[in-house]
Amino acid sequence: MSTLSERILGAPAGDYVDRTVDRAYAHDGTGVLALEAWKCMGSDRLSDKTEFSLLFDHIVPANNGTTATLQHELREFAKSSFMHFSDIGCGICHQLMSEGVVLPGEIIVGADSHSVTLGAFGAFATGVGATDMAAIWLTGETWFRVPESVGIRVTGSFSGAAEAKDLALTYVGKLGTDGATYQALEFIGDGMKHLSMDERLVLSNLSVEAGAKAGLCYADEVTVRYLKERGHMAKPQVPEPCTYVQELEFDLSDIVPLVAVPHRVDTVRPVQDLAGLPIDQVFVGTCTNGRYSDLARFARVVKGKKVAVRTIVIPASAEVLQKTIRTGVLSDIIEAGCTIGTPGCGPCIGYHMGVLGEGEVCLSTANRNFKNRMGVGGEIYLSSVATAAASALSGEITAPEVA
Amino acid sequence: MMQKEVPLVHTPVDHVSETDGKNAGYAVCLPADIDTDVVIAGRYLRTKDRSIWGTHVFEDLDPGIARRLRGSVIVAGKNFGCGSSREQAAIAIKEAGVVAVVAPSFARIFFRNAINIGLPLIECDLSCVEGSTVIFNLSEGWLECAGKRHKIRPLSPRMQEILASGGLVEYWRDHK
Repeated sequence: MSTLSERILGAPAGDYVDRTVDRAYAHDGTGVLALEAWKCMGSDRLSDKTEFSLLFDHIVPANNGTTATLQHELREFAKSSFMHFSDIGCGICHQLMSEGVVLPGEIIVGADSHSVTLGAFGAFATGVGATDMAAIWLTGETWFRVPESVGIRVTGSFSGAAEAKDLALTYVGKLGTDGATYQALEFIGDGMKHLSMDERLVLSNLSVEAGAKAGLCYADEVTVRYLKERGHMAKPQVPEPCTYVQELEFDLSDIVPLVAVPHRVDTVRPVQDLAGLPIDQVFVGTCTNGRYSDLARFARVVKGKKVAVRTIVIPASAEVLQKTIRTGVLSDIIEAGCTIGTPGCGPCIGYHMGVLGEGEVCLSTANRNFKNRMGVGGEIYLSSVATAAASALSGEITAPEVA
Repeated sequence: MMQKEVPLVHTPVDHVSETDGKNAGYAVCLPADIDTDVVIAGRYLRTKDRSIWGTHVFEDLDPGIARRLRGSVIVAGKNFGCGSSREQAAIAIKEAGVVAVVAPSFARIFFRNAINIGLPLIECDLSCVEGSTVIFNLSEGWLECAGKRHKIRPLSPRMQEILASGGLVEYWRDHK
């Protein structure tokens, strides 16, 4: 009787195993050092065991000559090594891997901490750094310590204005930023069947903010249907009785809209407690909340109105952007006075755009509010899309209305 | 997570120079939950010039700290290195001349990254005294600080091999 991590890695918790990686990917940020390490390892051929991808999302398009030169080198490497490559504007690496690439049961390694997002498909997906990625390019394998698992049992269904992001902030608040270090989260329970793939991706995405090495949802009918629409025949994964080191239970109908206050993701407070706090910028997007359903939900609130503060909306991928164009969602967002950015990570990492000034406050749908992350002296509050939309219209932190 | 203190068996070496600096340093104390954005801010990442990372390490925590780190052992609180996968965080600490980082626990990607670039991490719960001498022996599994010897949680055999090679690049060069 095993956890999903134990089943996929084929060994009990605590064991150290070497495993072939099904898919490995890096982006324009981590790819630079991975390429440096790769050159030093002295090989010129990628392993043929693994599907490799390089996806540009962190600084897209390049903001200056240094970045452009680093990206040029990576682009040439991707071409010469025959790695899958997606250039600027295609979208965030995790999002592109979620658009019909990753399948249940696979072992996925990304050179980015939010690679855990792909656990939403019932894959074992985890993040590594650049040198580990270079070693996977070389061997197609890496070592893992099979993690113990924390069960996150979800029951009921959402009522009121809460959404998946609020559940994610709730469990991170409960576990703390290191509550699941060296462990995996497993999202289980009857409530999961009410959650779409987009919502599950949010739950898995935040698992690293509790220190977890993976955050897995069992593949079910929702997963199978999503993948079928993208040309894959997948099978559901049936949970077995298993041992969790800890189990937390959340009734979705009890979840309320939350905000994570600076500078920690686990310091969460009900949005009402912060109501009226003035904000300078709203950012809707990222690998947490930049999907079509997020942008459509945002548009429903702001349609026909005007935002009161500068509001940056960035679709997570070109596919998401195209769908917002086709359905009119993009037009609603622009007419409300928001600005749109190139699909990618946008201001989340504070490298190149949407950076905060000293003393400015941003309400963001991203996953990190670390000190100075979006600019020196700027403060980041994290919330759901509904809270971000209500707050964009008022110019201060505002509780969302029930849809 | 508290490590049990082990009574001293040997007289501790009382000066760093006697151990050739390799397994000892002066303690620099840092708080818990140091995230990788604090280790090296995103605004310094777009380069391959490693010295820049060493110069700006922990800048948002203490702009003067980088100059005090050469020959030091960082003694931090739990969950050191949480956040992003940026390997520049581990490199910045190594470039600044830090001998090792001691903490009760580390975020797992940072843990792998540090070992992969040859920066020793030691899982041990110490009460830090700024400037005190920290001596450690990874193969024998102990660490001494302020006259007390502590057992340290050993690295996995693979991580020990990688660290002994000097890092993952060197490990794979040796194993090809």
